[in-house]
Amino acid sequence: MASKIGKNVVSFAQPPCVIASAAVTGKTEGEGPLAREFDACYPDDGLGKANWNEAEAELLFQAVTRAIEKGRLYRSDIDLIVAGDLLNQCTASTFGAKDFGVPFAGIFGACSTMAYAMALAALLVDGKGFDNVVAATSSHFCSAEKQFRFPLEYGGQRAQTAQRTVTGGAACVIGRGYEDIIIPRAMFGKITDYGIKDAANMGAAMAPAAARSIAEYLEDTGAEPEDFDMILTGDLGSTGTALLHELAVEQYGMDLTPVHEDCGNMIFDARKQDAHSGGSGCACSGVVVCSRILRQLKEEELRRVLFVGTGALMSPDVVLQGKTIPGIAHAVELVRR
Amino acid sequence: MTENPNAAYQKKVEALSPKSPLLKNCIWAFLCGGALCLFAELLFTAYTGWGAAEKEARTCVSITIVALTALFTALGVYDKAAKHAGAGFAVPISGFANSVVSAAMEYSTEGRILGTAVKMFTLAGPVIVYGCSFAMIYGLIYYFFLM
Repeated sequence: MASKIGKNVVSFAQPPCVIASAAVTGKTEGEGPLAREFDACYPDDGLGKANWNEAEAELLFQAVTRAIEKGRLYRSDIDLIVAGDLLNQCTASTFGAKDFGVPFAGIFGACSTMAYAMALAALLVDGKGFDNVVAATSSHFCSAEKQFRFPLEYGGQRAQTAQRTVTGGAACVIGRGYEDIIIPRAMFGKITDYGIKDAANMGAAMAPAAARSIAEYLEDTGAEPEDFDMILTGDLGSTGTALLHELAVEQYGMDLTPVHEDCGNMIFDARKQDAHSGGSGCACSGVVVCSRILRQLKEEELRRVLFVGTGALMSPDVVLQGKTIPGIAHAVELVRR
Repeated sequence: MTENPNAAYQKKVEALSPKSPLLKNCIWAFLCGGALCLFAELLFTAYTGWGAAEKEARTCVSITIVALTALFTALGVYDKAAKHAGAGFAVPISGFANSVVSAAMEYSTEGRILGTAVKMFTLAGPVIVYGCSFAMIYGLIYYFFLM
């Protein structure tokens, strides 16, 4: 059974393992530096669907289908799908998971959803009530633009701190067994609000939450940053990364620069692909973790990774009402057995 | 009194956030906006040359710019050009046309009435509301004090 260590970290006596994972993306991601890592890169962001919501649902469906297949499992082996996305009422997850005929738990964690879902899945598997749980997420550049920003064809200029929502779906199957990659510990983050109100600077909204979660995780586990091969944040982008490094030193006295990476900085070539501060969205950390990171762990290029999914809990209406954008960061430790 | 930690963070954010290239944007806006206005002047000369009265010709110029913007928005090239042109394309009537057409296109998936028609003016709405409001105020001032 799980036990609490320190104040916030949950430790698993018999750690759940990652049985399989899959990541599918859109066209721009397929032209980026990680293109070869993904299971599929669709050349048409519409995926032949009638609208962006359906296209995003298809990305989630594809990721979950492929993850189950790669784990050599049947749909009937899956006890629960835990999934979430950015769209109102989590419609991409609902419609993407609808046809599996598997129990579904929809969650909202903004861009931290992948880490949040993985932590929940690990807890559920550890509790013995579930054998195999799928953690999944999706986001789509076009559906996110439509919901949070401007119509696609609107000719505006983006701020340098703005990020590009990743088009993709990611899923992993977490279960019991003797697979190579285990989840020995996880931690849910605290809502952290440093008063950022600029919706074009999500990295700044999330960096304080990331710094806090990393510091609390290290404190509870008695680890140092160097004990990890990589501390991987979700989608801080270049601006958020710079802020995280400063906050880590100033507020918590830890130097993250030798081990820190950010999925938002990895997925696009920011300059060539006009991604400004980098990638963002649920699928940003989702597709990076469910492809490259888990592969590198499997192939023993990495042995111990702290995945800190970062989310900006932003509501466009609330921002217009003059309120802030609180951040959150959930941590999942991934270890090569 | 110690400084509000949020204010200290805000300062750090401002220091570490890259700024938009103001000078470059201004030059692009000047050149593209200027080019658009030159094009409009040429149209005006052409329309008056073809026999239109000055007032009619001005209306025809606006109609032409709006129609061309709608066309290029629908073809998916306007936003790519406007990204560089910035205010140069946004301030003239082309910006208004683009905001209407792009919204109409985006929400067409929600139906002709509740999608396209309802959402068409989500971006252009403020221009219409405050444009009309200030026109009315100006009209009243003109009527009572200047006429």
